[in-house]
Amino acid sequence: MTNEISRRPFVKSLLDARPDSLAVVAGLGSPCWDVAAAGDHEYNMYVWGAMGGAAMIGYGLAQAQKKRRILVITGDGEMLMGMGAFSTIAWKPTPNLAILVLDNNRFGETGAQLTHTSGPTDLAAIAEASGIKSVRTVDNLEEAEGLKSFLFDEPGPVVAIAKIKYEKLKFVLPSSSGSYLKDRFRTSLLGTEKATLP
Amino acid sequence: MKDFEWQKATFSALRRQGIDLVCHVPDAGHAKVIQMCEADNEVDCITCTSEEEGIHMLSGAWLGDRKGAMLLQSSGVGNIINALAMPNTCHIPILIIVTMRGEYGEFNPWQVPMGQGTPACLEAMGMRLHRAEEPEQVAPAVENMARLAFDSQQMCAILLSQKLLGAKDFRELAK
Repeated sequence: MTNEISRRPFVKSLLDARPDSLAVVAGLGSPCWDVAAAGDHEYNMYVWGAMGGAAMIGYGLAQAQKKRRILVITGDGEMLMGMGAFSTIAWKPTPNLAILVLDNNRFGETGAQLTHTSGPTDLAAIAEASGIKSVRTVDNLEEAEGLKSFLFDEPGPVVAIAKIKYEKLKFVLPSSSGSYLKDRFRTSLLGTEKATLP
Repeated sequence: MKDFEWQKATFSALRRQGIDLVCHVPDAGHAKVIQMCEADNEVDCITCTSEEEGIHMLSGAWLGDRKGAMLLQSSGVGNIINALAMPNTCHIPILIIVTMRGEYGEFNPWQVPMGQGTPACLEAMGMRLHRAEEPEQVAPAVENMARLAFDSQQMCAILLSQKLLGAKDFRELAK
């Protein structure tokens, strides 16, 4: 593994090419800052907590918005905590779901302690063995570029593991207000009346 | 009440409230409702490997305007606590139906801690609780807690008492 992919330009390049209708769920910690740094968007949901949940939050959204592509961007620490999601998603697959794991082998927010992917654990192999049919690992810039069509167009659920560099970067903070983020997301998607009056 | 009458009424109440996404980590007390969900082509019935997945899924589903509910047993309540951070912070409606263990007539002592701790744990996380003790109380509880959840953006749990469900006698099962 070369680990030459730098997370900020990688996520920015990916999201600069986002289809208009794409909704993004950003997992807690650095993926939230990466997605915010790429440019805020009303179809972004930043999840600041509930660690382990990003993939299943995306799956629930994919179950609700079956015609819309849903992209989850999360990290190795969170995906390790919620790896049962691969099994649950694979069993009742949603073709509109893509999951991108930014894997730097670290718990980046808590002091860069090593995660299990720095050791013997391979998240792509876990996803495959859980029954996810389209799984890709990328570890260089050329392959990373090729992920756009995989994440945006390939029948899902698809899982990409991007082996990225460990870098200490400035936080780029999106709104932390859950109510605001949820209402903004739903209002953009559904219109004000539907989003705010049951 | 007749065979499975409250279970059938529960399923109907869920469907009347527009719930068509049901997830669960199974329990014997939920078996009939799970079966009815699986038999309904308009319902997506999702089995989770652990209960927190269900809370995450329901949170995401509501973001996209789909109403769901989770069926779990009280031991699984321990697994959902931190997952509730999202619906709590974001004011996302959540509806769960919990079959209680570790109370009325329990044989298995290992079920007692989480069963007895369930109401306090859920309340500590901001959930609104309603307990059903008798068969005829179940469907109205489901219907009205679903309203409280989805109309007033609350996290709601219906606790189905072990008195209602009956306790397993493990001595009988071991014979």
